[in-house]
Amino acid sequence: MKTIELSTPKRDLIILVVFSIIVLIAPLWGSLIGAGYPDLLQRFAIFGLFAVGYNILFGLTGYLSFGHAAFLGVGSYVTVWSFKLLTMNALPAIAFSVVFSGLFALVIGFICLRRTGIYFSILTLAFAQMSYNLAYSVLTPITQGETGLFVLNDDPRVIDGALGIVSAENPLASLFGITLDGYEGFYFCAVILILGFWLSLKIFRSPFGMKLVAIKTNQTRMEYTGFNHRPYLLAAFVISGMYAGLAGGLLAVVDPIAGAERMQWTASGEVVLMTILGGLGTMFGPIIGAVTIKYMENIFSGINDTLLASWFEFLPESITNLIVTIVSPFVGSGWHLTLGLMFMMIMIFLPGGMLEGAQKINAKIFNKNKPEQLEKDGVA
Amino acid sequence: MLGAFVAVSVEKVLTIGNKVRDESVTFFEAYKEVPYLEIWFGDTGAAIIDWSVPLSILVAIPFMLAVGIAMERGLIKHFYKREHADQILVTFGLAIVIGEIIKANFGANAIPQGAPDIVAGSANVGSLIGLDGIVYPWWRMIYLAFSLTIIGGVFAFLHMTTFGMVVRAGMHDREMVGLLGINIEKRFTIVFGLAAVVAGIAGVMYTPILPPDYNMGMEFLVLSFVVVVVGGMGSLGGAVAAGFLLGILQSFASLTAIKALLPGIDQVILYLVAVAILLFRPRGLLGKD
Repeated sequence: MKTIELSTPKRDLIILVVFSIIVLIAPLWGSLIGAGYPDLLQRFAIFGLFAVGYNILFGLTGYLSFGHAAFLGVGSYVTVWSFKLLTMNALPAIAFSVVFSGLFALVIGFICLRRTGIYFSILTLAFAQMSYNLAYSVLTPITQGETGLFVLNDDPRVIDGALGIVSAENPLASLFGITLDGYEGFYFCAVILILGFWLSLKIFRSPFGMKLVAIKTNQTRMEYTGFNHRPYLLAAFVISGMYAGLAGGLLAVVDPIAGAERMQWTASGEVVLMTILGGLGTMFGPIIGAVTIKYMENIFSGINDTLLASWFEFLPESITNLIVTIVSPFVGSGWHLTLGLMFMMIMIFLPGGMLEGAQKINAKIFNKNKPEQLEKDGVA
Repeated sequence: MLGAFVAVSVEKVLTIGNKVRDESVTFFEAYKEVPYLEIWFGDTGAAIIDWSVPLSILVAIPFMLAVGIAMERGLIKHFYKREHADQILVTFGLAIVIGEIIKANFGANAIPQGAPDIVAGSANVGSLIGLDGIVYPWWRMIYLAFSLTIIGGVFAFLHMTTFGMVVRAGMHDREMVGLLGINIEKRFTIVFGLAAVVAGIAGVMYTPILPPDYNMGMEFLVLSFVVVVVGGMGSLGGAVAAGFLLGILQSFASLTAIKALLPGIDQVILYLVAVAILLFRPRGLLGKD
């Protein structure tokens, strides 16, 4: 895994600029692959951010958390409450979501990080399931349980009231008067994603990031060199929890509703899938993974037999039918199957994710005479 | 090593248990749609349909053995040396795949399945000890007896046979056992297959209580994880004790009086116990590490 590499500020700047351009022209390349509508692009950006944050914990320190969806849920709830009580402006809302999910992560992280390995995973899972069950049942006054928490017309909205802003019929989140839906919503998320990416790049390159990698590589040796690993771990946990809260907040910004299902452990599992699919511990991997999964969920799942048949029309009918029969279990409502198979293939053959695959192909083509290059990059 | 082996097999196996259950149930369901069986064999045919659940155990055993062995040889074997996190993750991926395969074959809806008529009702247990009015479903009692038998069998197998002794030694130090000239890989495969069989028949027996659907494995996966950790990884007695403890606590917490006292306790009790155990006794109730 290419976790530590020599880099210059200039090179990082180029990475950041290239990344920003790719994100900002997403509507263009999105329309090429049939994903050029704001709703899906927003999801790309939001879950990309979630995965980037998750990667700071799992990718750098190797601590596998199965409970990050809890922070996503907390972020969503806090955002919707901020919409209800204070203002429909998105900035304070997401600020609150980051703060609250950070506090929540501090408490949970403090307890969970007393254990390592599989025990840590179970602890985070237990906390996330508790949060989910509570949000679903006892905390109904705060979370509206099954129906989900949403914004109403007659909510107090103290700040909006004081400023004389009258909310419209079905209030939507806004940024100083700009309604954040459609492409405005996407660009809001995109800017935050770029900021989040920049911060994560900084963390990867910082001494703090190095210490996190040291925890993953050899915790004992790190302690012998005189560092206490716990504060670093906790900080990483809280930071990635804040990213998750921010992503949850953004989910509620583009669609002002929060439901308990966002906290369920399957949602935590999804972010794990994203991170590993794309490339654990890499800069771009988690985002690629998030885009892949969300793309599959929304586009892949829409492919049905008729559409498949129309693609292979040019072939003789019997072959078309054969292809449709073979392929159809893997698309449409069966897209989870493809996802699961892909994930397992990657777990078995490419523990570094799709990015590692790309690097290997790249190395095969360009560095044919330099096999040691692979070792040097830490790919193998 | 020992812990990972047990955890991985238990949870994986529960997922497949679900599969076989579906498999066998649908197998017999097919007879229902074809009344010929009844016409051809008369009463025998009707009895076969009625006894489909116990009979499907017979189908489940070889099937699960094959699935378990194939899985160990094809996949799990390569993960013994990887990190715990990788083992959990590949299991998770496998659970998704199996769940989807079941969905593709049997649809997304639960398939209800009844117990044989004779034991479908409830027994008046109370009358045996002189207290009237305590009734308990027959099938659940059979299930209890059945699971106790199986647990006893597994325990005896692991602790009283040479084979079991070798396997336990192998969990402790695989390399050493290998150096003694024992083919430990092969034994692990067999144990994995047996574990799959146990989970599979547990699954078949469970169908009259809860109609199986494709997502059931996932729910069991989380629960079995919690049970294994609370009990102590690698400890059979611990897993059994934890299963009973958590089950009883769950039922107790669901009492109205308790819920009135501590609202929501029934929702979180399992996880609270798991957290407490992990924090204060990380090796689990009867774990040895």
